[in-house]
Amino acid sequence: MAVTGVKPSKPRGPASAAAPVRFLVGLLRVLSSLALTFIGLTAITFLIGRVMPLDPVLAIVGDRAPQDVYNAVYLQLGLDQPIYVQYLRYMGDVLSGDFGISIQTARPVIDDVMHFFPATLELATLATLVGTILGIPMGVLAAVKRGQLVDHAVRVLGLIGYSMPVFWLGMVALLVFYARLRWVPGPGRLDVFYEGLVPHVTGLLLVDSALAGDWTVFKNAVAHLVLPTAILGTFALAYIARMTRSFMLDQLSQEYVLAARVKGLSETAVIWRHAFGNVLVQLITIIGLTYASLLEGSVLTETVFSWPGIGQYITNALFNSDMNAVIGGTIIVGTCFVGINMLSDVLYRMVDPRARA
Amino acid sequence: MTFNWKRTAFALGVGASLSLTALAVPPVQAETPPNMLVMGMRIDDIITLDPAEVFELSAGEISANIYDRVMMFEPEDLTTLVGGVVESWQISDDGKTITFKMRDGLSFHSGNPVRAQDAVYSLQRVVKLNKTPAFIFTQFGWSADNVDELIQVIDDQNFSITIVEDFSPGLVLNALSAGVGSVVDMKLVEENAVDGDMGYAWLKSNSAGSGAFSLQEWKSNETVTLNANPKYRHGEPAMQRVILRHLPEPAAQRLLLEEGDIDIARTLTPDQIAGLEGNDDIVVELHPKATLIYMAANTTHEALGNPQVQEALHYLIDYEGMANSFLKGQFDVHQSFWPAGLWASADDKPYSLDIERGKEILAAAGHGDGFSVTIDSLNTSPYMEIAQSLQQTLGQAGIEAEIVPQDGSALWPKYRARRHGLILARWSPDYVDPHSNADSFALNPDNSLEAQLTGVLAWRNAWADPGVTALAVAARNEVDLERREALYSALQRLHQRVSPFAIMFQQNEQLAKRNNVEGFVSGSNFDLVFYRNVTK
Repeated sequence: MAVTGVKPSKPRGPASAAAPVRFLVGLLRVLSSLALTFIGLTAITFLIGRVMPLDPVLAIVGDRAPQDVYNAVYLQLGLDQPIYVQYLRYMGDVLSGDFGISIQTARPVIDDVMHFFPATLELATLATLVGTILGIPMGVLAAVKRGQLVDHAVRVLGLIGYSMPVFWLGMVALLVFYARLRWVPGPGRLDVFYEGLVPHVTGLLLVDSALAGDWTVFKNAVAHLVLPTAILGTFALAYIARMTRSFMLDQLSQEYVLAARVKGLSETAVIWRHAFGNVLVQLITIIGLTYASLLEGSVLTETVFSWPGIGQYITNALFNSDMNAVIGGTIIVGTCFVGINMLSDVLYRMVDPRARA
Repeated sequence: MTFNWKRTAFALGVGASLSLTALAVPPVQAETPPNMLVMGMRIDDIITLDPAEVFELSAGEISANIYDRVMMFEPEDLTTLVGGVVESWQISDDGKTITFKMRDGLSFHSGNPVRAQDAVYSLQRVVKLNKTPAFIFTQFGWSADNVDELIQVIDDQNFSITIVEDFSPGLVLNALSAGVGSVVDMKLVEENAVDGDMGYAWLKSNSAGSGAFSLQEWKSNETVTLNANPKYRHGEPAMQRVILRHLPEPAAQRLLLEEGDIDIARTLTPDQIAGLEGNDDIVVELHPKATLIYMAANTTHEALGNPQVQEALHYLIDYEGMANSFLKGQFDVHQSFWPAGLWASADDKPYSLDIERGKEILAAAGHGDGFSVTIDSLNTSPYMEIAQSLQQTLGQAGIEAEIVPQDGSALWPKYRARRHGLILARWSPDYVDPHSNADSFALNPDNSLEAQLTGVLAWRNAWADPGVTALAVAARNEVDLERREALYSALQRLHQRVSPFAIMFQQNEQLAKRNNVEGFVSGSNFDLVFYRNVTK
């Protein structure tokens, strides 16, 4: 779904009366492509879940269950039906908002997702922010000072951030900043004694604690966010800085930059307004993709930091043959991916000078 | 005209300081409150906390701290079976009916009194819901149709149970100490029942017991929080709150323990345990467990079906070598189906690695040139290491073994369908009576494929020995305790000689705790773990 090219803006003609119609057609096109995406997504996930040599019944009854208990659950799950019947039945439920019950939590999948996704959302959003705020200036700087010390420093940093295993980096960060220096608290979203103090509104602890006016919990949540955000942020930063650098190098070698310089514009204006203005369009896609991939949940980071996010949830679900949770989670992640792509599409049109014309 | 260095540096600085402001949070205090016990472990196996359905390790342990059972083993003396919610019991002359008298003045967490009606409802509920652990009761001949007559309220203080099959009353009492013997608060459960489900949906994540703790919250893959029961019959526990934290990464568990953010680390790896040596704040404890690791041979395999080949396999295992190297501290050698340290266990170890002897027996069986076979194994430690050792020693006798590592969710369906070769797996008893293991390792009343006794290990390996089965039934039904013990002893020795099972090791649980934590009791079985005597 990622946008790769720019559509030429259509000439505005006398067809202005047909604008609402065009809008409707556009909307329909978007909706139908969304529907197709979801049908594909669910069908493939469903199929994979059924062809894997895993037994969802044993996940519920345990490996020692007598056969009569096994058979009862087998029928209850409708596994005796042909696979397309199972799929249609499942989709019928999904369309009426019922994603089924998760085996591993004994709760409706939709409740689980509402519970686990905010943890990932909070982390991913902050990490993307850190990556963007630091990554873009670093990338620009490296491009402008190409071949100089700054450039090398940024490139090495990018390489480290990109190639260091998150798992290892997380453990070392915990060892240094938690165990040795005691600057930050250990794994988890909150210290255990702060659990359950603020009411669950959005599931985002920072927002919920701020809404409740409980600044002790807020501070604790912030402290717990620092390390995982820094780790995931480094990963985002490395990617964004690297891409910014290469986009900028591309633009700086263009003739219009030369023209701007010849015209006597200040170097700042040349770099930030002219070159960067053009880079921004491509960067939005990059940042959108980074954000979307972080929203899938980083299983390793979540494991190291005992972060109850959607990545761990879906992974555990897979290990437990908990197909309702796997498919439900996948649909949510898929929705995010599609949503963010559409959002970056919109932003893209807003900043693209050609689309604005 | 040059690039504006200052402005870019400024932008960088703003970004850096934005992300560093969070670091300005004051140093974190790492210590758990004095009346709170925090444990780091894995709790992702929990799928329900309903005592009629609980069959997983963590959930079994939690349920044992929430519910008092009809019969119980108490942390003060883990070897003596005593009444839980019942004060006394009487066995009828024919050994088939047991009449129980309830303790006076007990109440549930809700404040409701604990009456005979609650006990009867709880036992009937297990049979009627018929979830996995229900076989512990249904083996007595109880079914949804007859359980209303066979388990009956006499009055508020008394109730009786009657079994149909010829089981030893001692065994019945032991079975009532299993998780399914938990007594639930009938009134509260029925208030939360939906469509006559006997509270099945509700009890998955709520509690209605009379035990030392009540369930505050189960957050899947995060925490389980328990609150002390101030009115507990043995007195209020010192720990007002017990928190089980899901910490899947052992290294993180160790860090938290060393920093004092958790009091006990339950699932550390041997190298983490070794790394804790020399830390004076930490004490490592060793608790013998009833979990066994065994190898079994699928007798539908052409060579493995030969009893002599089965015998030879017992000599091709490097028991001591493994126990003294990668299993050190975690597992001891044990070769019979009932674990050491429990009543009626047979602790003799007739087998040791003897390649020559193994080869001789194989040759006599007509397999002197060896054969090839798979070792189906769990893909985790220590199973993979054990499989590698086996592969090597079997190879020395000409048996070409291919290791097929797999996740439990793939291995168990294969095992239940008799599609394995050699299997490497674990087993722990469902309740503390030797019949629990004999029932699975030895007793196979119908070996036909149609019988589908998929829960029975002997059936899964397509093995039935009439002599062994008869002995297992005799031991099960024997009323006299001493004779029963002697029968189990004989059964284990016979089973050791003639079965396709090579029992190899018995587990020791290694846990690490802060040195101020006292009174944590971890008994042999997974549901004999008690928090109520813990002090800090």
